[in-house]
Amino acid sequence: MTIALALEQLLNGIQLGVMLFLMAAGLTLIFGVMGLINLAHGSLYMVGAFACATVAAWTGSFWLGLIASLACAAAAGAIVELAVIRRLYDRDHLDQVLATFALILIFSEGTRWLFGDFPLYLDIPPLLQGIVNLPGDASYPVYRLAIIAVGALIALGLYLLIGKTRLGMRIRAGESDREMIGALGVDIRTLYTLVFALGSALAGLAGALVGALQSVQVGMGEPVLILAFVVIVIGGIGSIKGALYGALLVGITDTLGRFLLPQLLAVFVDPSQAGMIGGAMASMLIYVVMAVILAVKPRGLFPPAHA
Amino acid sequence: MLTRENTVNLLAAVLLLAAPLAANAFGQPFYVTLATRIAILALAALGLNLALGLGGLVSFGHAAFFGIGGYAAGILSSHALSYEPMIFGLPGTVQMPIIWIVAVIAAGLVALAIGAISLRTSGVYFIMITLAFAQMVYYFAISWPAYGGEDGLSILVRNQFPGINTMKPLSFFFVSYVVLLVGIGLFSLIRASRFGAALQAARQNETRVATVGIHPYRIRLTGFVISAMITALAGALYADLNRFVSPSMLSWHMSGELIVLIILGGTGRLFGPLAGAALYVAFEFALGGLTERWQFFLGLILLGVVLFARGGLLGLLAGKARHG
Repeated sequence: MTIALALEQLLNGIQLGVMLFLMAAGLTLIFGVMGLINLAHGSLYMVGAFACATVAAWTGSFWLGLIASLACAAAAGAIVELAVIRRLYDRDHLDQVLATFALILIFSEGTRWLFGDFPLYLDIPPLLQGIVNLPGDASYPVYRLAIIAVGALIALGLYLLIGKTRLGMRIRAGESDREMIGALGVDIRTLYTLVFALGSALAGLAGALVGALQSVQVGMGEPVLILAFVVIVIGGIGSIKGALYGALLVGITDTLGRFLLPQLLAVFVDPSQAGMIGGAMASMLIYVVMAVILAVKPRGLFPPAHA
Repeated sequence: MLTRENTVNLLAAVLLLAAPLAANAFGQPFYVTLATRIAILALAALGLNLALGLGGLVSFGHAAFFGIGGYAAGILSSHALSYEPMIFGLPGTVQMPIIWIVAVIAAGLVALAIGAISLRTSGVYFIMITLAFAQMVYYFAISWPAYGGEDGLSILVRNQFPGINTMKPLSFFFVSYVVLLVGIGLFSLIRASRFGAALQAARQNETRVATVGIHPYRIRLTGFVISAMITALAGALYADLNRFVSPSMLSWHMSGELIVLIILGGTGRLFGPLAGAALYVAFEFALGGLTERWQFFLGLILLGVVLFARGGLLGLLAGKARHG
């Protein structure tokens, strides 16, 4: 094991964490403000990826695709909120789970209908192709570094939006007392639609960015969705700060676990066994971390004060 | 007492028995298999209904127990057929009763561990944590190559039940049907027992339960474990029905489907899971015959049920549940 390889894995972990943050931020925002658990968040991730791949294929421009992914995911989110989600705010969580589970079926099969069973591919834009050299003989793809940068910018943007703007003030007010802010004359229905569209756009952006690394296919959002759930449970549901720390923790733990555990076990058992056991253990590692954190702090690392 | 609900229930039980008998008489074994599928899925959902309907514990991870039951059947029979001993030199087996016991105990132990942690939380946290733990089991099954990993494990010959030729579709249906009836009986006994009353009371008002000196956590944990055991039993049968077990039995889609079965039938109702499973398999069969994209329409129907028809099929047929 070299330092260069370890550095590369660490960056991979941060990159995964940043992606998870984009997903988790939307989920936790929607839960915090509207009290809604949205399983269909992974479908919006998929919508973003498909929109980006399609528009990029039409126009030849990844950047137009990226804009399309934001627009399409936000639009899809707003439509879903208007048509279905707003009927669910007063329902219990079971109804919310079921209705959004139904939305997943509709989104997944609908996408298959439109695009067929074959995955789409999305190329990394020329500007971001290539690798950069890092200290210690390491090298790293520019595109992945760019994803990390985008994630950091979004985190900063969200911090400013929620902490410093009028819209953010309303969002925070909505989190602490939904009825009161409505009574004070804020148009709460429009606010909810806005928040939902914002969360959807973030998910769509994440889908588009990851789409260039993997193939764009139906069902791509579901593994990410479940990881994002782990993230917000660890971070404390409703807390954006918790989502950021949780996402980085999960991203780095998962990536380094898959890299280090087999090597660590190789010290004790023979290498083929170590690869097998280590791989199986690594795939469970983040859930173990989650269990430990919950055993100590059942409401996550940064539980929202009012919850 | 022959209330409207009891009449509907009795009718459902008789129908489920009569349909495969008729199908068999007309030489249509496919429909017998369909009825077996209904019985087994109903049993799985019945298990979940104990936690979800009575205890109000929305477990989004019951596929883990369903799959553990399935893998118990698969692993034991593969060892029996290859004559390779398992850990501690124990032999495998193809006898269903032993497989069922192993499945129920294994799932009970896992449920005890998962429940002990998950039940410290409630509400959305509980939903997400049970989901996450089920994913943990799922990824473990995928990355552990000894029993087929991602490809799953075939059960070459259906496991045996003493005195019955289980390879005959109708015989295997009878086995599943009787197990389902026993399950329903057990559910109704539990619901009427002191424990069942405490479990339902813990759903309705946790504070009051604690005030009268009952520990809601322990009651819920017990309910969760029993619920997992019943679902695991269904999983073992399901693996034998398909003669195949794969990680897809553990996937979160499966967990979602189990909840869907309950909601389609009617939450907390004795025969809700059966009604839901029958409806679900009928949808799957009818829509699946019309279009490859049947899940799209299933989604629309489900959305409609959740938004506009909350009582499910039994709510429609037998009126409102008598006590909430």
